[in-house]
Amino acid sequence: MSIRVLQPGLLDTIQDAGRTGYQHLGINPAGAMDRIAMYVANSLVGNAPTEAVIEMHFPAAALLFEDFAMIALSGADLGAMVNDQPVPVNKPVLMTRQAVLRFTRPVSGAICYLAVRHGLDVAAWLGSYSTHLKAGAGGFEGRALQRNDVLPMRQVTPYNKFLQQHLARELPWSIGVRDLYTTGNPIRITTGSSFALLNEHARQQLTDAAFTITQQSDRMGFRLQGPALKLAEKTEMLSAGVTRGTIQLLPNGQLIILMADQQTTGGYPRLAHVITADQPTLAQLQTRQQLHFNLITTTEAEDLLWHQEQRLQLLQNACKLRLEEWLSQYGLH
Amino acid sequence: MNTTFSITPLGDSALIIEWEQEISLPVHTLVMQVFHYLQSLDLPYITDLVPAYASLTVLYSAAMIRQQAPPPAFQWLTEQLYSMLQQAAAVVPPVRRLQVPVCYHSSLGPDITDMAHRKNISVADIVNRHTARTYTVYMLGFLPGFPYMGKVDDVLATPRLKQPRLQVAAGSVGIAGEQTGIYPLASPGGWNIIGRTPLRLFNAALDESCYFRPGDQVQFMPVSLQEFNQINGTEAR
Repeated sequence: MSIRVLQPGLLDTIQDAGRTGYQHLGINPAGAMDRIAMYVANSLVGNAPTEAVIEMHFPAAALLFEDFAMIALSGADLGAMVNDQPVPVNKPVLMTRQAVLRFTRPVSGAICYLAVRHGLDVAAWLGSYSTHLKAGAGGFEGRALQRNDVLPMRQVTPYNKFLQQHLARELPWSIGVRDLYTTGNPIRITTGSSFALLNEHARQQLTDAAFTITQQSDRMGFRLQGPALKLAEKTEMLSAGVTRGTIQLLPNGQLIILMADQQTTGGYPRLAHVITADQPTLAQLQTRQQLHFNLITTTEAEDLLWHQEQRLQLLQNACKLRLEEWLSQYGLH
Repeated sequence: MNTTFSITPLGDSALIIEWEQEISLPVHTLVMQVFHYLQSLDLPYITDLVPAYASLTVLYSAAMIRQQAPPPAFQWLTEQLYSMLQQAAAVVPPVRRLQVPVCYHSSLGPDITDMAHRKNISVADIVNRHTARTYTVYMLGFLPGFPYMGKVDDVLATPRLKQPRLQVAAGSVGIAGEQTGIYPLASPGGWNIIGRTPLRLFNAALDESCYFRPGDQVQFMPVSLQEFNQINGTEAR
């Protein structure tokens, strides 16, 4: 009743919506970098939207399904294959026992999510399945997946009636995700408490210039390369709580955007914040890609998030109905 | 004392309450009053609270607030916070007094000899000055359970290392500027390491994984290398 890691990828971790309520102890939430993809993958297989998923960068893990499974991939298209059969993203797919899922090439996006129906049987830490790499806790033994790790599935359903001789077979519906993401650029931001400290030229540069995601980017933060931004005058700041999406100004004038494994506090000027609705789009940009920022108001940011969450809720309900209908056709549950 | 504060959005899902920007116990007590008051309310739409030196970051679910109040959520929450902060003024924050054994032997505090040399004082003088004060845990950050404590004796204040170490041992006690802190986990780090505690300060297997809490009052007790080895690995409780 499990999935075996035949070959680990660059960084494959178990993630969910993250752990809340412990940031006063310095324990950051972690969680999926792209919460839309987590939500979509889970919805497609009929899970609660924040069930634990496998988050994978490229190169991604090769996974052996030791038993039947209903899975869905979402987020980046990393050219998933079972033998010579492509496995699409944003569609539920049934896997036969002993099928091996491989990711062959980065087609689009940066991070792929795999959800399995009924979820993975991993232990929660402080109320979340997310892997906390620094604490070495949560997810699968608090670390990235390694060769021969065995991830138990909570429940296995024999899908042989539908699969017949197929190694993998798509179910006949999908989710169109395009309008859930911003089309690439610009990434929308709201002003931070230190925005006013920038000199006038730098304020203009923040929204006019192109910034490149450097290779020194990871789950903690995206370091950007762009024009060096200058403050009107030097300031010494007291460290304070920061959040995912906070854009900090480093002493060399470059920017860092805090991502899922961000520290809970920071002492650099907080210039701006990537709106929550656009954080998944940002997470799916690849290193060396360029981005632009567009300033909007906090009210607009909140409205965009609200509409995005409503849409995800509708999609989840639609998926649920579709799946229940299909399962009953085959006398499954 | 100046008790005025400001409330500013920190993105679309967090607000920051800021008091006078200084490192002082009176200002931090204001932070802790509001922190404990909001914790005690246990409001479902507040997802996290991050107290720091002179600020409290409040993370919230805008979606949950919008289900019960007219948008925008940040405006509604700001108004709520203004009245909550008045209530909080009556809170007496609980304060724990902790004693933490530290061995200042140069094998465990690789920067102590150099620091003494540069400041033209003895290693014993550093130990005396470091253990003479009771420190306030102003905030936890950087790593799970890492306490930012202050302030140290002016003589001990030292800038961070120019070249951070790739690995600092768990339990290492360091100084950065006017602050002193302890690495609960092994990690890269740039603080000047002057000693190490034998206590285990982070254990994910425990219900309370982190030993320190914001607002703790901490005193260091010097122990010998022999004592260090005897109690090394003991759970801090």
